[in-house]
Amino acid sequence: MTVVRIPPTLRAEVGGARELQAHGGTVGEVIDDVVERHPALRPQLFQNGGLGSFVNVYLGGEDIRTLGGLDTPVDANETVILLPAMAGGA
Amino acid sequence: MATYRELLAQVKTEIDEISTIEAQERLESSDGSIFVDVREPDEWDEGHIPGAIYTGRGRLEQRIEGLVPDKSRPLVVYCSAGNRSAFAAKVLGEMGYSDVVNLAAGFSDWKRNGFEITIPRALSPEQRARYSRHLLIPEVGEDGQQRLLDARVLLIGAGGLGSPSSLYLAAAGVGTLGIVDADVVDESNLQRQIVHSTERLGEPKVESARRTIEALNPDVRVVPYRERLTSENVDRILDEGWDVILDGADNFPTRYLVNDASVWHDIPVVHGSIFRFEGQVTVFSPGVGPCYRCLFPQPPPPELAPSCAEGGVLGVLPGIVGSIQANETLKLILDRGDSLAGRLLLFDALGTTLDEVTVRRDPDCPVCGDHPTITEYIDYVEFCNASPASRPEPALAGRSPASPPPAAAAGTVPSGPVQRGTVPSGPAPSATTRGDGEGANA
Repeated sequence: MTVVRIPPTLRAEVGGARELQAHGGTVGEVIDDVVERHPALRPQLFQNGGLGSFVNVYLGGEDIRTLGGLDTPVDANETVILLPAMAGGA
Repeated sequence: MATYRELLAQVKTEIDEISTIEAQERLESSDGSIFVDVREPDEWDEGHIPGAIYTGRGRLEQRIEGLVPDKSRPLVVYCSAGNRSAFAAKVLGEMGYSDVVNLAAGFSDWKRNGFEITIPRALSPEQRARYSRHLLIPEVGEDGQQRLLDARVLLIGAGGLGSPSSLYLAAAGVGTLGIVDADVVDESNLQRQIVHSTERLGEPKVESARRTIEALNPDVRVVPYRERLTSENVDRILDEGWDVILDGADNFPTRYLVNDASVWHDIPVVHGSIFRFEGQVTVFSPGVGPCYRCLFPQPPPPELAPSCAEGGVLGVLPGIVGSIQANETLKLILDRGDSLAGRLLLFDALGTTLDEVTVRRDPDCPVCGDHPTITEYIDYVEFCNASPASRPEPALAGRSPASPPPAAAAGTVPSGPVQRGTVPSGPAPSATTRGDGEGANA
């Protein structure tokens, strides 16, 4: 099982959870598993069939763009962090 | 029993001495000699040999091994006339320093020869008292405190993040704080914006912040900019010269504008952002690490990026995130420690956890990459409001008007690059688009 951190802006789509457990051998499969159970997430994460460029995904603290993208293998007990930009400062 | 004169004469036979001219030659040739000043503090304050280290004669034995651990380093010891330093040279030899000479005619003769001297700027007695806890830290000390007093930090926003950061920077003695904010103090600000107060309701935030800061520390000069940061005014403001920008803006257009301007002006940005219970902090150092666009090439669509005015924020959260920003700013000024450049810190107030992810410079970044495609200010509101589906790829965002945008994106791409320092064709960033709704940067 892999832990997936859900950012505050996406928690409404997953029933308020701060993190979810998911299955999958790659980052893409892990995210697919989450999206299958919470379909409202799909348009928030994907655009034009791929992961939106406004969403950063980290595995083991590294941006998956610098690893193997969605095909990056995931070991059990690793944490996937979904991270959209936040502008708030006031 | 020997008299002082006899003792001095005896010591002079046991040490090596050099003339003032020889000492000057050593200094000029940078031969590795360390000049050790053993006079009284007030003599040092009135001027000393450039690059010399100071340890009063009284604490010489106690301190010298910490200051010069390598006992083979050549030392030139001096006082005013060469007598006190003669005794100092002898004791250094006894402590195992193998290459010690006494400046025979002392600092008085150095000055008579017209050789260069350094006059240290001394803190006033009031400053010594105010900053005493800094002066006790070896990493800050008197030199570091002078650096802080000389430093100029520009704060974008006098809101949630700007409040704690400006207060801590002011308390630390950062000498000049520029504050950019067009807003006035509103009741809904006071749950977290601690630089303001109930009696300041309706007052411009930059004025309210200035009053609070100057009451806290009269050493600090506040430069208020009661305006929104825009493509038109950003060069004017940044040209006034800033060591660090502390970004506490409340909207994406300003974030991207601050980023591009900071890269072009080569000023590090201490970035913080907050929403509900979560905060993000990092440092963008142009030429060293990634920039904001390397981290977030594109802003999220508006529906995914509610502001604090829309989604709320725990009052203490900006206190924590803004304090981390102040910490990073002080470290950059002092040139101490490891900055957050290349690391994004994620704070979760609900779980009280701090996570860290790596941020790498993107060689294809349109602004700080190896072949930048955005070299002038763009229309940042347009850039941030374009829906992701119709938004061009980052590499296209700076496309010149001469190059037609993809047909599907026509009308939604950012308008052409704005000439730096000239009026843009599009609307300036405005809080009404997606800010705090308060008409300010923060």
